[in-house]
Amino acid sequence: MAKIHVNTSINGEVVEFLCEPHETLLDVLRNDLQLTGTKEGCASGDCGACSVTVNDALVCSCLVLGVEADGAEIGTIEGVSNKDQLHVIQQKFLEHAALQCGICTPGLVVSTKKLLEENPNPTEEEARYYLAGNLCRCTGYDKIIRAVLDAAETMRGAA
Amino acid sequence: MAIVIFSGELEKLTGDTRIEISSVVYRDMVTELVARYSALSRELLEEMAVAIDGVIIVDPLLEKLPEDSEIHFLHFVAGG
Amino acid sequence: MSEAKQYKYIGTRSIRPDGYDKVTGRANYGADMSLPGMIWGKILRSPHAHAKIKSIDTTKAEALAGVLAVASYADFPSVADEVVASGEGSSNLLDLANNILAKDKVLYHGHAILAIGARTAAIAEQALGLVEIEYEVLKPVLDVNDAMAADAPVLHENMFTQGLAETPTKASNIAARQEFKMGDIEVGFAEADIIVERDFYTPTVHQGYIEPHACTASYDQDGQSMVWCSTQGHFDVRTSTAKLLNLNLNRLKVIASEIGGGFGGKTTVYLEPVALILSRKSGRPVKMIMDRDDVFKASGPGSATRNWVKIGAKKDGTITAMQALLHYEAGAFKGSPVMMGCMTAFTPYAVPNMYVEGYDVVVNKPKVAAYRAPGAPQAEYAAEMVVNEIADKLGIDPIDLRLKNAAKEGTQTIYGPKLKAVGLVECLEAAKNSPHYQAALKENQGRGVAAGFWFNVGGQSSVTLNMNPDGTGTIVEGSPDIGGSRASMQLMAAEELGMPAENLKPIIGDTENVAFSAGTGGSRTTFATGMAVIEAAQDVVRQLKERSAAVWNLTADQIEYQEGETFSGDNRMTVAEICAGAERTGGQITGRGNINARGAGPSFAVHLCDVEVDRDTGKVDVLRYTAVQDAGKAIHPSYVEGQLQGGAAQGIGWALNEEYVYSADGHMENAGFLDYRIPLASDLPMIDAIIVEVPNPFHPFGVRGVGESGIIPPLAATAYAVSQAIGLPITDLPCSPPNVLKVIQDNA
Repeated sequence: MAKIHVNTSINGEVVEFLCEPHETLLDVLRNDLQLTGTKEGCASGDCGACSVTVNDALVCSCLVLGVEADGAEIGTIEGVSNKDQLHVIQQKFLEHAALQCGICTPGLVVSTKKLLEENPNPTEEEARYYLAGNLCRCTGYDKIIRAVLDAAETMRGAA
Repeated sequence: MAIVIFSGELEKLTGDTRIEISSVVYRDMVTELVARYSALSRELLEEMAVAIDGVIIVDPLLEKLPEDSEIHFLHFVAGG
Repeated sequence: MSEAKQYKYIGTRSIRPDGYDKVTGRANYGADMSLPGMIWGKILRSPHAHAKIKSIDTTKAEALAGVLAVASYADFPSVADEVVASGEGSSNLLDLANNILAKDKVLYHGHAILAIGARTAAIAEQALGLVEIEYEVLKPVLDVNDAMAADAPVLHENMFTQGLAETPTKASNIAARQEFKMGDIEVGFAEADIIVERDFYTPTVHQGYIEPHACTASYDQDGQSMVWCSTQGHFDVRTSTAKLLNLNLNRLKVIASEIGGGFGGKTTVYLEPVALILSRKSGRPVKMIMDRDDVFKASGPGSATRNWVKIGAKKDGTITAMQALLHYEAGAFKGSPVMMGCMTAFTPYAVPNMYVEGYDVVVNKPKVAAYRAPGAPQAEYAAEMVVNEIADKLGIDPIDLRLKNAAKEGTQTIYGPKLKAVGLVECLEAAKNSPHYQAALKENQGRGVAAGFWFNVGGQSSVTLNMNPDGTGTIVEGSPDIGGSRASMQLMAAEELGMPAENLKPIIGDTENVAFSAGTGGSRTTFATGMAVIEAAQDVVRQLKERSAAVWNLTADQIEYQEGETFSGDNRMTVAEICAGAERTGGQITGRGNINARGAGPSFAVHLCDVEVDRDTGKVDVLRYTAVQDAGKAIHPSYVEGQLQGGAAQGIGWALNEEYVYSADGHMENAGFLDYRIPLASDLPMIDAIIVEVPNPFHPFGVRGVGESGIIPPLAATAYAVSQAIGLPITDLPCSPPNVLKVIQDNA
């Protein structure tokens, strides 16, 4: 099958790639572009480990085709920190020990960033429901929610 | 003298529940027990862990058996 | 013991040394390794739960452009019928091989049959569709009751029940019988004023780690092979894989990637030997990744069980006798953790009369793997439910009843030895005094209490501590870090050396650059590998003193060491100065700690759970949750709390939602996270973690393992809370809406 040429932007950088029509954005990111920070947990849109943004919408990249990235702006975990400077959310995840194995962390950081853009002052319940699509099996979510609420407070203070 | 306490299958095989032994090292105790009970084999005993005064030891070959210590044989698995 | 000792580093909440990589996506997990020339391997899995394989034809598959290798059972060199040590204790090599690639019979839906390596994953997948297999489909057995029936289809013609008075001559699905007893239960029950007995069921559940199994393997004709994989124990992967492929251990390097959760499920091998076979046959590195469907259908679940418990007590709450009959599914091959169920069921109680009988039963489901305190949650669930019911019927507070009968130092266990220092009483008291326990409940709400016991283990750990010329150090350890253990290694080394934690970098070595270490399991890492770190640090201190003595023309016993400095009289040298000059005083300073850790301390846990039940739908909401556990000494309190909270969440999932759903013909029908529903952020409240510290006398800092006990109490704490809320007994898990509704309606 002929590969399709895709022009896109990933974390603000112009990127072009060739992909099979059936390839998911997740596979393109991980296998073709070596952006392995985005994780595969289920490939069926149930776990959120592959969360990215496409044109500012939070999506599971396993449910998006690579060709759909054409002309779009993609945001991944690799673009969350500012070079060496961690994003407040990342810093708070570390301070609150909001990760154990860490496989869900990139997806949670991407989702949290989007949450706080949409709702800078979420309640605990709002945070829990917004992040319900990001499964974590290690932490019981307690420390994740604390990190998210603390990051929100810090970001509001800085804004 | 250390004390060996048999339970479960070892109790059935030996017919004893509590015996005194003269060995002071696990390795010698196995030899002593195999000599004393025809129903016990070295293989059977060595595939079991022991607890010496409550401390479970999976690979006790050279373990010392203190005076008056209590020794239990038990099967043991590692965990998850 | 140093209860009053003040520590500078341990007990602090430092930032984990591997944290930056994990929050930025730089950390490399099992699926993140690619090699030049790499191809992809995919596995063909059985569509049947029980069938004979009559023929396999791979001609068309092999003819497909891009297909480079096919692997099947025949590619294993002759496999011996022997037992190899693995993270689960041990596995029979024949069973292991047969589970990895079926020989002539498939024993569960999803059982691996053969593997294809191809240029792309898509080509490999396409090729699998071209393989032609003829099956003779057999009737499956899917439950211990069916499997133990006299006319049940037999999974293994050569399996005869072990542990009976006489070895039977007829093959059976009952692999083994276990029995533990002490005292005389007849006498105990005769003394009782009240006796409660019930049957319980717990379903097949999965560890549910978010990262699927994955590996990249390269077989070198020169005899130097490599496997990169996500595992709880890379030395165990090396042992099993080398045995299966007849390799010398020095020819197989196993590198443990970062691991995305394991909970016991990554203590065995599924893909690694297959990837190496494909690599050998194709001459190319091979990557294999399970998809989520594979993970559910073919990797480790935890045993489904049917357990009966009978307990007698006097009116004052004194328990006089405890009895249990346990049946655990092993899956397709023998080896359920039923023995651990027998040994743990009643261990929270100091009761003179106990009898427990256990059966290990094979069924047409995936072979179970270890799952966090393997075997304990199911048996202790049944026991704790009955204890709660007795407390209720006697009108005694359930914590008071437990305090009256609580196991403590010197309590005789059913498995032989007496307990050493343990913290059950302290945990019960902390739970009783918690704000949670004082809070009032409303209508349709209920509260459950439960205790949990797990042994914890020690075992072999190796650590090399290399001091650098600037006085910093690299801690090379062999225990994969699943939950932040590198942070605790760093803190223990810092404490021992009196040096800032950030000056000591912990890394996980591969099987060639650190010496043998048992896997991360049995809650052993912070305890045992921690002891090796302490020993390596002490070894460094000894050398620092020797080097200083040589420089000052003194003897080592004249040198003191404190806070990163040696001194004697007016002489003083920093670690950095000693290390910078090491080449002139004898060369590299390296500390070693190669140990077989003894004296693992059991950890008791006590949990409180409040729920509210919607009587119209059967839906259960967890309102409040408190997890109390004895950590001995919390090295990094945040990650200890994390273990308590994570164990609680996993146990809540087990109690409320999680179960394998099978069709009558043995197809697993919910092999995905949408239908096998693990707790979401929106399902849970905050989980209050209360750390109790009753030091383990056998560890320098008093550490007990904390990883496993926390999954035991939630089953009964949650299910009993449900039964309190609806005023009806609960026996079968999960307490999912349809199941709870059925209990309500059946009793309406």
